[in-house]
Amino acid sequence: MINKQVANVKEALKGLSGGMTLMLGGFGLCGIPENAISEMVDMDIKNLTCISNNAGVDDFGLGLLLKKNQIKKMVSSYVGENDEFERQMLSGELDVELIPQGTLAERCRAAQAGFPAIYTPAGYGTEVAEGKETREFDGKMYVLETAFKADFSFVKAWKGDAAGNLMFKATARNFNPNMCGAATITVAEVEELVPAGSLDPNQIHIPGIFVQRIFEGKGYEKRIEKRTVRQKT
Amino acid sequence: MLDKIGIAKRIAKEVKNGYYVNLGIGIPTLVANYVREDIEVEFQSENGVLGMGPFPFEGEEDADLINAGKQTITTLEGASFFDSATSFSMIRGKHVDLTILGAMEVSGNGDIANWKIPGYMVKGMGGAMDLVASAENIIVAMMHTNKKGDSKLLKRCSLPLTGVGCVKKVVTNLAVLEVTSDGFKLLERAPGVSVEAIQNATEGHLIIDGEVPEMDL
Repeated sequence: MINKQVANVKEALKGLSGGMTLMLGGFGLCGIPENAISEMVDMDIKNLTCISNNAGVDDFGLGLLLKKNQIKKMVSSYVGENDEFERQMLSGELDVELIPQGTLAERCRAAQAGFPAIYTPAGYGTEVAEGKETREFDGKMYVLETAFKADFSFVKAWKGDAAGNLMFKATARNFNPNMCGAATITVAEVEELVPAGSLDPNQIHIPGIFVQRIFEGKGYEKRIEKRTVRQKT
Repeated sequence: MLDKIGIAKRIAKEVKNGYYVNLGIGIPTLVANYVREDIEVEFQSENGVLGMGPFPFEGEEDADLINAGKQTITTLEGASFFDSATSFSMIRGKHVDLTILGAMEVSGNGDIANWKIPGYMVKGMGGAMDLVASAENIIVAMMHTNKKGDSKLLKRCSLPLTGVGCVKKVVTNLAVLEVTSDGFKLLERAPGVSVEAIQNATEGHLIIDGEVPEMDL
């Protein structure tokens, strides 16, 4: 067993510095690497480029980094839930690249899988395709999108073991598996870290080869963005 | 004239047995409430769930289980979870049978604009560009005119596009229209709405072929 376990979040983020490009898992506030984000706030590193489907809310998730002006650029598909984000975007303090959600996932996966680029139909004929190479296959047009290049990938999983194997829960899975192994260093934080051998190999979603560092996170808030319920009839 | 629920009810009739369906945010989300109960349908949410169920009862919400609108949800028997790349493989790979989404503008050649208004805060396209670029069967659910009373069914979209030549059918508060190579073909009228009223509310080319029946809701 190759041991990937590190003692804590500080050790997990060793080598992380300002100006780096990061991938962060999560959809809305679901499945975000809460511990890594909170450590980055404490480290006060600046000029980060963050590849993440969303940008958090004003006081949680990536919103915490935005509030301290730690992010230089966001690469996202949807950023609608954050007033501070809006202010920084409109004032020009923050550079924002909006890309289709499936393209975002696939540019991560391409980096993970060793493809330099992929062709996707998404965005053809729209401003997303401007300046990009296009090509016809079987009578349909596609846009060439390149694999992301990132220094660190921060993912959140439900369970993991010391070998770096990961299991995700429900829709907290989202972009997390696609970002594993897609950056130079992948850091996985898990709700429950178990000894190697205690997870069933049949049930593992991401094999430890895609993960460089793993640690058990603390104090997960797991905030619900839109609590929606129905009445018992 | 229909309200939003009426539009959702009419679109629900387009959902057939055995369909995997992706519902957008807004009116499309309401469609799930009106699908016939004697057919088997699975709803896909692009954040990674197939077999989406209704909202949870109070106290049973799970922060790890949400839909693409970030609302808490439940799952039904046979449900599955998957990562975002797999989710869009279902969409891009045409495994999803029907996509229902809202729009700001649709043109007679099937172009759709629903993600950006220049001069306003742009929130992003989310999964809309992937959905419209790949889905074989796209129904747009929207009001026929905007708040200013201008037609949303146009010769050419004026807003930045989400996708080109992709919309097949539009269901509005006034009518059901099919997108053809010549423009919008009027298929059905909403209850109590005249062909003339639809014509007046449609800036794009409207094709009226014989008697146009009233919708059966």
